[in-house]
Amino acid sequence: MAAVTQGLGATAALSSANSEKFQLTTRRSLSGRKGRFFIFESNGNPRSGLNRQINRTRQFFTNAVATKPDSAAASTLSKHGHELLLFEALREGLEEEMDRDPYVCVMGEDVGHYGGSYKVTKGLADKYGDLRVLDTPIAENSFTGMAIGAAMTGLRPVVEGMNMGFLLLAFNQISNNCGMLHYTSGGQFKIPVVIRGPGGVGRQLGAEHSQRLESYFQSIPGIQMVACSTPYNAKGLMKAAIRSENPVILFEHVLLYNLKERIPDEEYVLNLEEAEMVRPGEHITILTYSRMRYHVMQAAKTLVNKGYDPEVIDIRSLKPFDLYTIGNSVKKTHRVVIVEECMRTGGIGASLTASINENFHDYLDAPIVCLSSQDVPTPYAASLEEWTVVQPAQIVAAVEQLCQ
Amino acid sequence: MKFISEAADKRIPCYRVLSDDGYPIAGSRFEQVDKETAVKMYKSMVTLQIMDNIFYEAQRQGRISFYLTSTGEEAINIATAAALTSDDVILPQYREPGILLWRGFTLQEFANQCFGNSADYGKGKQMPIHYGSNKHNFFTISSPIATQLPQAAGVAYSLKMDKKEACVVAFTGDGGTSEGDFHAGLNFAAVMDAPVLFICRNNGWAISTPISEQFRSDGVVVKGQAYGIRSIRVDGNDALAVYNTIRAAREMVIHEQKPVLVEALSYRVGHHSTSDDSTKYRPVDEIEHWKTARNPLARFRKWVHKNGWWTDDEESELRGSIRKQLLNAIQVAEKMEKPVLAEMFSDVYDDLPSNLHEQEKSLRETIKRHRQDYPTDVPV
Repeated sequence: MAAVTQGLGATAALSSANSEKFQLTTRRSLSGRKGRFFIFESNGNPRSGLNRQINRTRQFFTNAVATKPDSAAASTLSKHGHELLLFEALREGLEEEMDRDPYVCVMGEDVGHYGGSYKVTKGLADKYGDLRVLDTPIAENSFTGMAIGAAMTGLRPVVEGMNMGFLLLAFNQISNNCGMLHYTSGGQFKIPVVIRGPGGVGRQLGAEHSQRLESYFQSIPGIQMVACSTPYNAKGLMKAAIRSENPVILFEHVLLYNLKERIPDEEYVLNLEEAEMVRPGEHITILTYSRMRYHVMQAAKTLVNKGYDPEVIDIRSLKPFDLYTIGNSVKKTHRVVIVEECMRTGGIGASLTASINENFHDYLDAPIVCLSSQDVPTPYAASLEEWTVVQPAQIVAAVEQLCQ
Repeated sequence: MKFISEAADKRIPCYRVLSDDGYPIAGSRFEQVDKETAVKMYKSMVTLQIMDNIFYEAQRQGRISFYLTSTGEEAINIATAAALTSDDVILPQYREPGILLWRGFTLQEFANQCFGNSADYGKGKQMPIHYGSNKHNFFTISSPIATQLPQAAGVAYSLKMDKKEACVVAFTGDGGTSEGDFHAGLNFAAVMDAPVLFICRNNGWAISTPISEQFRSDGVVVKGQAYGIRSIRVDGNDALAVYNTIRAAREMVIHEQKPVLVEALSYRVGHHSTSDDSTKYRPVDEIEHWKTARNPLARFRKWVHKNGWWTDDEESELRGSIRKQLLNAIQVAEKMEKPVLAEMFSDVYDDLPSNLHEQEKSLRETIKRHRQDYPTDVPV
């Protein structure tokens, strides 16, 4: 079923003090037309409900962004493509979209000449000018509101929250206006904004800088949420989010910005509502997203050595869930473990558990196990912080217990 | 070491053109308004006043669920609208329907929105008086106070990129200036050199909170300087003064590409809304005084009358005609079908996603099973 497979190369020890650096070698088989554009889907079949999104991605063929002229022939990209870090992939996606559409603009604190706190917007102000890459005063509710106003009059702003946690200050604009105005205006005004920024538990950044906002935003009607985890999907999701007519919140993770990967030279856009099959398997379905994907893959290594065959899915789309991919997996393995960084109460895992139970109850041989962080603010001390995040050993233990 | 005093020796003066009796005040500079504009302004003010009265009554009769009047602020509404062009984008708070009226929104369209019927542009998805019309450059009203102020900078940014000869006009009341968004919106507009005209309708009351309990400053006009924004205080019940002020302010905003703050002093004659009874917190004779002696319509009418541009006969004819049109509009709107069930799920996103599709299906099944519990006048 899966057309995308990944094997993990050498992995750095996860408890190292510095940010993680993974070398990923990828081989992909593609479905797509001949020519310079490749559209990646996790299976080749059209689906009901998500059909329209896939059809939309096919339309992107006509809007060419010039790429290297000699890269047309290859149908597998293991030797071609270019290596970059995740934050550079985000920037590349953003830059390509800004080239393609003059209405795409960026706003946020220190995104201009400073290049952004995580350097995602580095160099863009020099290239596009101060008007398209706008530095704003420190007022999250304001610049989010500003982005909404701009979007309602035809622009396509990309809002950067310096840290997702600060977007709590923008909650009013995001909930009451961003998610709502398209609806309450009867479709007269649309709000194609992208709100992005780093979140998640970092390295001793303290409780206020370790928030998992996807928990709080997931109920807001009218928005979509995606979480990137690799340079490849970061770029693809960034582009898709910008092109979407709906407001999209793109969750990045503080510790993943320096991940390195080789990505295609050709233009590609991913589907916002699709999950990613990371490792197909038969025994058990492990659902995860963002940084926890790497903890899961490390646990998967251990599990494989112990004789298990876990299927790992990076759900990527947090709102709505890709119940098609997830459902097919559950129907195959009958056992589910969810690994998330959200807190136990009211997190993405809690919603996903409810959703799977509701839709695929008959296919489950055991209750769903959800591994999440505890309901505590993230402590500063390194050892305490480590214990609030789900570790590979816990994942292995949970799988072993579930598969008994 | 010298502290700046918390209050200036004198309050900021207020720009006025007409006295309470409708005579131009000696020494007051103003641009003459031609007969056609003046008559249109007056007629629109009358229309707004009657519309407010009739819709308010309709709510009291239980025909609509909610209404909010602009009584006492007709001059701010209409004179501002007359001074702008149709390209200027309006970000209203909720007491500015006069601008839509001026721009050609019909009484039927107002009624449709209040009744939430299938002809409402909002498709029944917002509560009454939360009008919105992109073709009239009037943003859909959002209830939370002052959220439109930071958005104004964004719209202005959009106009700047397009190099349009137009500005953004963002409204708020005296109460709205206490919100964090007021500070943020003005600061942003100033820093971004955004062509925004901020108009604060200082009508003395925020539901039951008088301005003496809202801020300690000399009204709102003094706040402009704190952000580096040029500001002016105008008598909001003087239609000519408002017209002149907005014309001048608009010129500045567009040609200098920077924000301007206008504080229009007025009085909220009506209750905050149909959910309020203001006699509970303010004296009835205060309300009466502003309703009669300080009435903006009466003042402007005197001036128009003196110029020989308006007669009493035309007045009664106009009032009769508007009233009839409104009653008819209400009847038509009331009888019109409500939006179909599918509209409940439309416009959440651009296309209907699978989960909403499922939820709609589930709802339809429930309705089919319990048809007798479902209102018969709402189309499925």
